[in-house]
Amino acid sequence: MADPRPGEKIASFKVTPDKYLPHRYAGASGDFNPIHIDPEFAKMVGLPGSILHGLYVMGLVAKTAVDSVAPGDPGSLRKLSVQFRGMSFPEQEIEVSGNVTEIDGEQVSIDMVAVQGENQVIRNATAQVKLAGD
Amino acid sequence: MALKTEAVGKSWPSFDYEVGKEKIAEYCRVLGIKDPVHFDRKAANKADFRDVVAPPMFCVVYSAGSLGPAIFDPEVEMNFAAMVHGGQEFEWGVPVCSGDVITTTPKCTEIYEKDGKGFYVFETESVNQEGDSVVRGVWTNIVRGV
Repeated sequence: MADPRPGEKIASFKVTPDKYLPHRYAGASGDFNPIHIDPEFAKMVGLPGSILHGLYVMGLVAKTAVDSVAPGDPGSLRKLSVQFRGMSFPEQEIEVSGNVTEIDGEQVSIDMVAVQGENQVIRNATAQVKLAGD
Repeated sequence: MALKTEAVGKSWPSFDYEVGKEKIAEYCRVLGIKDPVHFDRKAANKADFRDVVAPPMFCVVYSAGSLGPAIFDPEVEMNFAAMVHGGQEFEWGVPVCSGDVITTTPKCTEIYEKDGKGFYVFETESVNQEGDSVVRGVWTNIVRGV
């Protein structure tokens, strides 16, 4: 996205986390809350099964923002705020998408959302990304 | 029931985390992040990073550990069984590279009730070994049925 404009959609990102993704994210992040890695425990506390870590999905939102505006420049993401809403699950596709809302100098603001089926997992997300190439 | 708000303004001891090259790689593999600046020292140097660089959301790896004492503090009195992570904000400073030692200080900034839910808001400030700010986090936990 060399020249983003307000109203423009960013390239969306789709991924289907496999059954063991929450285990690997737990290891990578240090968050071993059993609702993410033990389906029996998750059911015991009233969930349909193990759920994905919200911060994993936020990580996908961050990756999508960087890849769409300033690929290869991890320092480009200046700010990201999200609200976690519905739960999300392994073995179902997640799609992250966004719309450019504002360009201020080299700073791009993007409204973003992560959905799984009908369910908005992350909503009201706003990312501020610095354009590449300076 | 009124929420206890004595903990608003309280901070907890700082938490140090030394960033390692393989930990960055592990995090990136899980997220499907493939850019060589996160894996390969030469590629990172070529892009003007002093060592392999962490992707922005790696901040949860080095900063979340600081919040343990805060959220388990009896003065905060948060009911975990009914808690969900409601919102999260990060604002980044200078990039974090392998070898950095990141010091994070947590603070409780707000506790309030809205629509029968308790909102517990914590802020974390993370700085590197030079004292430069690397990330500021705002963590909102929501407890149902307070």
